[in-house]
Amino acid sequence: MPKVTANDLASQFNLEVLAGEEGVYRAITTSDISRPGIEMAGFFTYYPAKRLQLIGRTELSFFQQLSPDEKKERMSKLCTYDTPGIIISRGLIAPPELVESAENMAVPVMRADVTTTRLSSQLTNFLEARLAKSTAVHGVLVDIYGIGVLLTGASGVGKSETALDLVRRGHRLVADDSVEIFQQHGDTLVGSSPELIRHLLEIRGLGIIDVMTLFGAGAVRPFKRIGLTIHLELWDENKAYDRLGLEEAKLQIIDTEIPKYTIPVRPGRNLAVIVEVAAMNFRLKRMGINTAKQFSDRLTDVIEEGDRDDFYG
Amino acid sequence: MVEKTTEVKLKTGLQARPAALFVQEANRFQSDVFIEKDSKKVNAKSIMGIMSLAARTGEVIKVTVDGNDEDEAINALVQFVEKEE
Repeated sequence: MPKVTANDLASQFNLEVLAGEEGVYRAITTSDISRPGIEMAGFFTYYPAKRLQLIGRTELSFFQQLSPDEKKERMSKLCTYDTPGIIISRGLIAPPELVESAENMAVPVMRADVTTTRLSSQLTNFLEARLAKSTAVHGVLVDIYGIGVLLTGASGVGKSETALDLVRRGHRLVADDSVEIFQQHGDTLVGSSPELIRHLLEIRGLGIIDVMTLFGAGAVRPFKRIGLTIHLELWDENKAYDRLGLEEAKLQIIDTEIPKYTIPVRPGRNLAVIVEVAAMNFRLKRMGINTAKQFSDRLTDVIEEGDRDDFYG
Repeated sequence: MVEKTTEVKLKTGLQARPAALFVQEANRFQSDVFIEKDSKKVNAKSIMGIMSLAARTGEVIKVTVDGNDEDEAINALVQFVEKEE
């Protein structure tokens, strides 16, 4: 499980820690952000204590109207054992009641200079990216005509060689051999390369080559959304491969399913061309043109028409 | 499936040359071999995967082997990283 703490936020967004410094390593477990306006008005029934709390000018000016007792009570209820952090925007001054409660419960209180809405969206983006579920997959990720294609298959089946051929044809390499995949916004899979082997490709007999210095900056990209996977496997005589393209197989990565094609490898088959066409055909399908289905419908029509001719003939 | 947690004892850690030898060793077996470090899991038959882990001396890795020669494979591979040279 990835972990983000108030300390990470402080260094990322240049926040000034005002109180509760002991608590800066509390884990933030959700990317949701709460603006505790209604809680400051006294309604704590649904207080989302586990979220990061963001206090802006509206909340603070309302707070100033409360009586001293209320101020104390509301702030102590805001700082709970679960609260991962409280952020004050616009460089506003933290009320002494908040500082006191935060110190007692070791809840980090931080201050940012930007406006509340902007800070809120920056925080959400950052937290979503950092808290995304992730996994690592053995394969090669290439951007082909704007579709992220994940090539999988056993070691030595020719994934890297296919990727090299694709790069030669003007497509872009994202990652070779080990692809780190993050699930973002619920159902989007984004793949990237581990830092250390970025832009590198290993080709049997040649060793490690740097695709960016060899082919230029246009031949690589740092990350790409994964659109489909193509599994390469040695041709198995006893296995039936898809001949029509009517069925759609899926592969599950984390909680998301993506279309999967299985392509048998045999000497003399030009894999790069097949993979390239698979990506183009996938694009075509997304644009609403499904050749296999249209052909199948036409065939059905012709057969049914023939039946009618026989009947009336 | 068998798995074993072990400490890298190779003095240099899994640098490029030892990593290549390790992958060569892993490829002698039919079983699928995976290595995990800090919850990052890679295929041990791929050199780039192994090198992306950048395993140092003293770090703990988990070796997972699945297949018909798994016992032989795990012993050979664990022995490889536990060598002190």
